[in-house]
Amino acid sequence: MEELIQHLTPILKEVWGYIFPNEIELHWGILIVLYPYLTGLVAGAFILASLVKVFNVKELQPTYRLAMLTAMAFLIVAPLPLLGHLGHPEKSYEILITPNSASAMAMFGFVYAWYLMAVLCLEIWFEYRRDIILWAQKETGIKKWIHKIISLFSKDISEKAIHFDKKWVKIITIIGIPSAFLLHGYVGFIFGSIKANPWWSSVLMPIVFLFSAIVSGIAMVLILYMIITPIRGKELDIVCLDKLASYLFYAMIIDFSLEALDFIHRIYESEESINILAYLVSNKLFISLIVIQLFMGMLIPLAMISLIKIFKAPSDLKKMVYFISAILVQVGIFSTRWNIVIGGQLFSKSFRGLTVYKITFFGLEGFFASVVIFCLPFVLLYLLTKILPPWEEARNP
Amino acid sequence: MESNLKVIDKKVERRTFLKKIAILALAPIAFGLLGATDKLKTVKKWMLKNGYVPSNHKWGMGIDINKCIGCGRCAVACKNENNVPKVPFFFRTWVERYRIYENGEVQVESPNGSIDGFSNLSNSNRKLLRSFFVPKICNHCDNPPCVQVCPVGATFIGEDGVILVDSDYCVGCRYCIQACPYGARFLHPETHTAEKCTFCYHRIVQDKVPACVEVCPTQARVFGELTKKSSPLVRFLRMNKIGILKPSLNTEPKVYYANLDVEVK
Repeated sequence: MEELIQHLTPILKEVWGYIFPNEIELHWGILIVLYPYLTGLVAGAFILASLVKVFNVKELQPTYRLAMLTAMAFLIVAPLPLLGHLGHPEKSYEILITPNSASAMAMFGFVYAWYLMAVLCLEIWFEYRRDIILWAQKETGIKKWIHKIISLFSKDISEKAIHFDKKWVKIITIIGIPSAFLLHGYVGFIFGSIKANPWWSSVLMPIVFLFSAIVSGIAMVLILYMIITPIRGKELDIVCLDKLASYLFYAMIIDFSLEALDFIHRIYESEESINILAYLVSNKLFISLIVIQLFMGMLIPLAMISLIKIFKAPSDLKKMVYFISAILVQVGIFSTRWNIVIGGQLFSKSFRGLTVYKITFFGLEGFFASVVIFCLPFVLLYLLTKILPPWEEARNP
Repeated sequence: MESNLKVIDKKVERRTFLKKIAILALAPIAFGLLGATDKLKTVKKWMLKNGYVPSNHKWGMGIDINKCIGCGRCAVACKNENNVPKVPFFFRTWVERYRIYENGEVQVESPNGSIDGFSNLSNSNRKLLRSFFVPKICNHCDNPPCVQVCPVGATFIGEDGVILVDSDYCVGCRYCIQACPYGARFLHPETHTAEKCTFCYHRIVQDKVPACVEVCPTQARVFGELTKKSSPLVRFLRMNKIGILKPSLNTEPKVYYANLDVEVK
């Protein structure tokens, strides 16, 4: 308690205008910024993967398995920031056994379990089954056993069985797309359904979340593909990169239009909260919203990718531009999450004042904890690629 | 024929297997519900032992802004009565002072929730149009957003209309704090669970009024039944023009203000 008081006392002096006394403590910090960012990457990576299986975008085949594993790695880590943030993580199981059916948050466990077990695990299993069996046959020692266990000791690689696998991969992907929409749209709903908070309360919130998720997922797979391939000493597939960049571009256009619509709608309706929100955007959120989210994360990458497409740039320049754009997009989307979560708590519900967010460095909800949580999916992804190599040459002919 | 039977057998097996899976999956929820109903029974027993039957009551509060002198006794009494940490970040009730100047400027403040008193007015050069105090408290809404969002059902509305938090169930996710439009909730820094005004529930079950009502020197706060004609609150509602906070949000508060100003949010 002493620590909290020491943290809150200096904030008293930095409050602008009037805020309710209980609002000095800002309740959802950096961990809750991470949560929608991580689940967004899951949904985005999965949607990208589904382009290959459902919409038959053959050019993206080199990134299909990588995208699936990326989604998996981020999904496993996604609940950690939530757990770390709870006042009583040891009681979190209550959300599963006595859920309040009226609460959007109570659905988390079910949506998450559905997505993990019914979609990602199953799809990866059917997709990899044949390869796992063949790997297990060639390998020895612990690796053989790992693969045997993962294949659930199935051995059938007859043509009929492979056909069955392929059919199910397609079916699961078709179920998976609405599930991915559900997973991330639901996160948007958690914020969008809070009528007390005019910055969050918007029917567009789930859709904006979804498209920004797709943007971030595609950009993340693009970054990973561009980093991992040269490390493995392989050539980047420029056709695949072009396609990735195109889809990134389309998703960004939709995302940008939705956010612009939301923005224009708010200004045009000009409700009671408009003055404080305008002040919020032009002061506390100016750097993170206007500079980072809008210019760096959206307009600059959009302009760069369009220029490359219009002037048919040489492939080396293309690669560089794609890579820089994808990095900027990542920073921009993280900033988007920040502006929603933190921004929504910086103004008072009295609409008369602003508070500040002071990040702590240590502790479960501190900066370092969030850096660790952010790095975890990459470690997991590394391990996953060791067990289930997503590379083309690892496939058995 | 035999092969047909085998198929049927397999189907039956599959059906029983699926049933078992479903039972396994639903068992924890059933146990959870049993635990919850058990708990409800103990609470009811405790209340009945005290001769208190929640369904016989419907509580609310009236606040007359013209009567409030901003002394902050209510906020102090509340902190003492309910063990609220005595630092300026956690309040179950507080008092705001509004100053509206001739140029239309509005100044609102509530230093330490009014416990430290308010600064002197005389130093100001600007001309004051009107000024008043507004006590704030949980509105015990009939359509409570906090209850709607709680993922585990730890915060609930009782049969007597009071919104309570079961700290044994609260997981400390703070969603209710985000959902409350009135800033009436906080996370207790020691228990790490959500906290709020309970209308001093431990007092009202014993036929006493909440601490803030008890100590108010001007009787600006009126506590009572909403459905009984003889109640002082019903008289308050009859004798005054009534306003509620943030009516557009349709939360249906049971804290009613007399002489509420347009600037109060």
